[in-house]
Amino acid sequence: MRKTKNIFQHVDKPLVIIYLMLIFIGWISIYAAVYDDAHKNIYDLSQSYGKQLLWIVTGVFLAIIILAIDGKFFTTLAYPLYAISLILLIAVIFLGVEINASKSWFEIGNFRIQPAEFAKFTTALALAKYLSTFNTKLENLKTKVYSSIIILLPVIIIVLQNDTGSALVYFAFIFVLYREGLSGNWLIVGLIMTALFILALIVNEFILMGSLTLLFLILLYYTPKKKKAIIVISSIYIMSMAFVFAVDYTYDNILQRHQKERIDVLLGREVDLRGAGYNLHQSKIAIGSGGIFGKGFLNGTQTKYNFVPEQSTDFIFCTIGEEWGFVGSVFVIFLFILLLVRLVKLAERQRSTFSRVYGYAVASILFFHIFVNIGMTMGLAPVIGIPLPFISYGGSSMWAFTIMLFIFIKLDAYRLQVL
Amino acid sequence: MKDNYNNRKHVMTTIFIIVGVILALRLFYLQVIDTKYKISAQNNVLRHVTQYPLRGLIYDRNGKLLVYNEASYDLMVVPRQVRELDTLEFCTLLGISEEEFEQKMQRARNFSHFRPSIFERQLSKETYATFQEKLFRFPGFYVQPRTLRKYPNPIAALTLGYIGEVSQSTIDNDPYYRIGDYIGVSGLENTYEKELRGQKGLKIKLVDVHNREQGSYKDGIFDTVPVHGNDLFTTIDMELQAYGELLMSNKKGAIVAIEPSTGEILALVSTPSFDPNILVGSKRSGNFSRLFNDPDKPLFNRALMAQYPPGSAFKMVNALIALNEGVVKPETRIGCARGYHFRGLTVRCHQHPNPTDVVSSIQFSCNAYYCQVFRSILDNNNYKNVEAGFNAWRNYLKSFGLGIRLGTDLPAVGAGNVPTSAYYDKYHGRNRWRSITVISLAIGQGELGITPLQLANMATIIANRGYYYTPHIVKAVGTPDNHNDKFTTKHHTKIDQKHFEPVVEGMFQVMEAGTGRWSRHDSITICGKTGTVQNPHGENHSTFIAFAPKDEPKIAISVFVENSGYGSVWAAPIASLMIEKYLTGKVKRKELEQRMIDGNLMSAQ
Ligand SMILES: [Zn+2]
Repeated sequence: MRKTKNIFQHVDKPLVIIYLMLIFIGWISIYAAVYDDAHKNIYDLSQSYGKQLLWIVTGVFLAIIILAIDGKFFTTLAYPLYAISLILLIAVIFLGVEINASKSWFEIGNFRIQPAEFAKFTTALALAKYLSTFNTKLENLKTKVYSSIIILLPVIIIVLQNDTGSALVYFAFIFVLYREGLSGNWLIVGLIMTALFILALIVNEFILMGSLTLLFLILLYYTPKKKKAIIVISSIYIMSMAFVFAVDYTYDNILQRHQKERIDVLLGREVDLRGAGYNLHQSKIAIGSGGIFGKGFLNGTQTKYNFVPEQSTDFIFCTIGEEWGFVGSVFVIFLFILLLVRLVKLAERQRSTFSRVYGYAVASILFFHIFVNIGMTMGLAPVIGIPLPFISYGGSSMWAFTIMLFIFIKLDAYRLQVL
Repeated sequence: MKDNYNNRKHVMTTIFIIVGVILALRLFYLQVIDTKYKISAQNNVLRHVTQYPLRGLIYDRNGKLLVYNEASYDLMVVPRQVRELDTLEFCTLLGISEEEFEQKMQRARNFSHFRPSIFERQLSKETYATFQEKLFRFPGFYVQPRTLRKYPNPIAALTLGYIGEVSQSTIDNDPYYRIGDYIGVSGLENTYEKELRGQKGLKIKLVDVHNREQGSYKDGIFDTVPVHGNDLFTTIDMELQAYGELLMSNKKGAIVAIEPSTGEILALVSTPSFDPNILVGSKRSGNFSRLFNDPDKPLFNRALMAQYPPGSAFKMVNALIALNEGVVKPETRIGCARGYHFRGLTVRCHQHPNPTDVVSSIQFSCNAYYCQVFRSILDNNNYKNVEAGFNAWRNYLKSFGLGIRLGTDLPAVGAGNVPTSAYYDKYHGRNRWRSITVISLAIGQGELGITPLQLANMATIIANRGYYYTPHIVKAVGTPDNHNDKFTTKHHTKIDQKHFEPVVEGMFQVMEAGTGRWSRHDSITICGKTGTVQNPHGENHSTFIAFAPKDEPKIAISVFVENSGYGSVWAAPIASLMIEKYLTGKVKRKELEQRMIDGNLMSAQ
């Protein structure tokens, strides 16, 4: 075993370069989004772009600390860190401040911290730790159950905080489980459930259940009359029916008004231009008006007049779309895909299962955020209010994503020391 | 380590790339193929103009307008779009000085360079007309139409309430509201805000560099049409309301009139009053602070909020409780020695035929009778101690809607005050107080606090012989037949119906040959009861409750006049005139009417 003298030695340069490019793009986009003649200085700490710079600088500082820490630290402390983040998640329900109807923020002076952002990488660490222990195999029921518990504990608490958007992110872990041996059928089941979920909301439940029954009878007629096949098809049928019913019931009786509205808008059921639909329409106008080459830096009109709400946080991609056009937007998407593909490649070269699982977890969570956030500004995904990693304004998400990514970069740099 | 799933990395990578391509394709569609979202070069600005809906109108019970809308125009400015302009001409058009112009521009800039803010509120029609023609010469300025409230009659100001600019905290909590929107702040405007406000619309207009509107963006596919707010059909009788306010001129107090069979509020007067038109438009803030600082508190809704001890008007409640508890019978007669005397304590009474039963005790308002009866209620052997007896008495009061907030559809309704046994425990010590200690409750004095609304509701209960509907002010929303069904629950008191007849008879005798006889009406059978409330700070207050006609009553009423001496002098005649006005449509007792209108009890203070 040899000691590295320089903490930057063996650090994966492409990942760091992509990271630096993304945070820079984020910073100038926030500047463009809230730009005002009165505050031209991009370093102005009273404005969100000045604050974002502060988050970036402190974030990079955190990244350096992580690189300096011994790689063993993360394996050893995976469970304690997970436990701490669960405690913080519970504490915020009682001690947090309420913002946009969800109680998910701590307020310390002028600063707000959202524990749910940090719980993402602690959950990833805990899952990595668990799956790297001897004798865990995702083919076994026990391993499946334990993994699900690790993932679902934070989900339950975050749902209790009334922050459904952040909770949904955790379903990205299904990709990690898949990579580690979960049957591909689960991915397919996931897809079918998503499809049924959307159908249950758009199609009248009686028509949908009727069609399912018809499909079931046809399948039953054509499949060989073996006991096993009949049982499989029947149970899938019964579960689908129950699922459709549950979705319908939840929508009608459990979801809150604003949650329903967001689903309605996504599915094009209700076009309320002043309510939730307004965001989406304004967002589409902003992006669409950008054209091929965009209107140019600081020349966007749609995002600047505050027509697009939450433009520096959840809807930051609008500013990029409007000012840099198709070319600029595709470049940003390209950077993100490059980041994801690079993460997968590096994850695969790890010698320890821990590092590999963690690497996949980082990739999956980033993937979910990127797809849903960019998708929602264009009407491809529900408007669930999750940030665009490294780009959106906000200290919690900047720090949390930076820590998450750099823990992996550290693990990767450290891999040569693992025997 | 053995790894069987190594090949799955390709699945993952493929998924990432496919999703990336999907996002890119969607972008390509939105930004390159679909022209729906483009803005052409010469139309370089989109202007989002809010289309304010017409706020719902408010009608009285007979379909007469109480509130309507009038168009108004705000001059808006977007500082970033403002170009060189002829400031002198601009200021002359608006009638402001160049200094003011600079101040207003600075204020707008402080708010935002890019977002519109109000430069000048509510231009007059004339200013608007001349300004509109020259608007193209002032880039960055445009006119935002909106509506103002107007009141054809200067009445019911507090009931109707007013609208004002929405506060920042409301904007934060309700996404419907944007800066500069109006919201109902008080009265019906507040309780029925959601019904009245309608739905805002949005018009997206293309504007060129010369501030000329080039028509709507993409033929208005993104525009939304404002939806007219729902009209309110109230239970108020406009004529009766106006008459009540007239009778109460120069007097502090309140009148509440209710239709007993429905709980509909016919009139809700609180004086001193003001013309609701003064709280509209640019004069509002000045007038509001004047009203706010007025020592006579015109913004305080005495009808709903003020609590007074009801005085003798409360005796009927004690009579009913005593009858129901069986501690007296209608024919039980109790003697009066010019008052009630017990171990050195005296509650004084006046000269009247003696002894009295239920009917004549109400007719002559005998204090001795009620002191005796009240003690029998509290010291009743059916209860284990005074506290239990007191709690039983208190529960009866609650069933009359006393000491609780009546769930009406107006905001800021007082609950009044009925003291609890805990209060007396604290004041005198546990088990240290007796029925004699709280004897002032017998005659409606002491710690009792009852609002004029509760008092009118009490009259309603007696008129109905035992029940009430929650008093309310909105009959229907949207259309006259869309009935408000929130107030259709019959609330029964804990008093058996049969006990009401002697009490009603007593109230009838008050008007025939008792303290109310000066306010008797030739053809209407009024049942009433006067009350006088001792006021340590000056002239006593007077109360009066009544209903009419005696059988199948159409109106129940309470009148409260501050600093007016005996109930029979001011409160009773005002109630009687109100009843006459409502039941016959006109008032024949012109002399009495004039005396009431002219009476000035405010300068006397
Ligand atoms: Zn007497």
